[in-house]
Amino acid sequence: MSNSGLQPTIDLEVYRYRPEQQAEPTYDTFTVPLRDEWVILDALNYIKDELDGSLSYRWSCRMGVCGSCGMMANGEPVLTCAAFLKSYAPGSIRVEPLANFPVARDLIISMDDFMEKMNRIQPWIITDEEKPLEEGEYLQTPDQVDEYKQFSMCINCLLCYSACPIYGMEPSFIGPAAIALAQRYNLDSRDHGQETRMDILSTDDGIWQCTFVGECSEVCPENVDPAGAIQRYKVTSTNDWWKSKLLPWTSKQ
Amino acid sequence: MTYGRYQKYHPWLYEPRFPILWWIKKWAYIRFILREMTSLAVVFYAVVLLLYVNAVSDGPEAFAAFTAWLKSPLSISLHAVAFFFLVFHSITWFNLAPKAMVIHIGAKKVSGSVILAMNYLTWVVVTVGLFWLLTF
Repeated sequence: MSNSGLQPTIDLEVYRYRPEQQAEPTYDTFTVPLRDEWVILDALNYIKDELDGSLSYRWSCRMGVCGSCGMMANGEPVLTCAAFLKSYAPGSIRVEPLANFPVARDLIISMDDFMEKMNRIQPWIITDEEKPLEEGEYLQTPDQVDEYKQFSMCINCLLCYSACPIYGMEPSFIGPAAIALAQRYNLDSRDHGQETRMDILSTDDGIWQCTFVGECSEVCPENVDPAGAIQRYKVTSTNDWWKSKLLPWTSKQ
Repeated sequence: MTYGRYQKYHPWLYEPRFPILWWIKKWAYIRFILREMTSLAVVFYAVVLLLYVNAVSDGPEAFAAFTAWLKSPLSISLHAVAFFFLVFHSITWFNLAPKAMVIHIGAKKVSGSVILAMNYLTWVVVTVGLFWLLTF
């Protein structure tokens, strides 16, 4: 017994870009069931299963951990696994690939630029000297962990880059997530890489490109607060500069 | 402006243009642009002050003429607009302070609201101090 006639529906206007067929993107409208427990990702899966198998998009965990299903929903960067259809109803939902990135196909962006930048800030613990094994672990107090824990929660979903107009205008900007990740290591008591990262971060393409729009922190699904990380680093960098001018004998060069 | 940085080697990638009017789509972006524009109000005040100092050096007549202009409706309305932007500038600036300032007392982090309160308190003290200097 079907009650499909009574089932409420919602329209998704989905961005389509098939480079072998079209030079400019277009939009396809799909009507999908509007179910209370469905998120945009469920609707996309329904489209792919039932309506158009050629639709391409990234997803994996469907529970806000993997960070691969970030897209624009009505112009806002969201994790589509956490964006409920009913919160957009009535009315349609325009689903587009994340802004500020080149589009490879349909809802899939190329994230090569971010991958290169993430590598550039050296996101690993840099030590001056390795301790011999017999000295045991590198211990930290809970307070020392709290210093960087927030910045370690990033899932690389790139919503912050899509919310950042600076990155849109100046693609050479290292950007929110990469700088927050740099801070995650800078603030780690086991790390001695601050000086090395300073050369990369305290440049025009680093923190000084940021004019504190602050939207990166607003859209972050993990409350990493990259805007806060960048502003903190501006203070560190300024102090460092003054110290090198007023107390030159304290700097390493 | 297209970036072109990918298309050279990956011609199939579509690179959307970044729209000039990107900031009108969202209130948060408009607020940001307004905050950036407040710098013009700061420039306005600085220029008025420089002109006033110049009028003082030009003698009593120039000073009286400039003071009269300051009392004109045009000047008062310009000052009202500039004042609004400066207050907006100051409040948004102070509200951002806890993001940049992380102060430790011992192992404890000072909470953001305390840093915010200290900033506002300093603002009030300096304002009252200046007012006292100018009026007594």
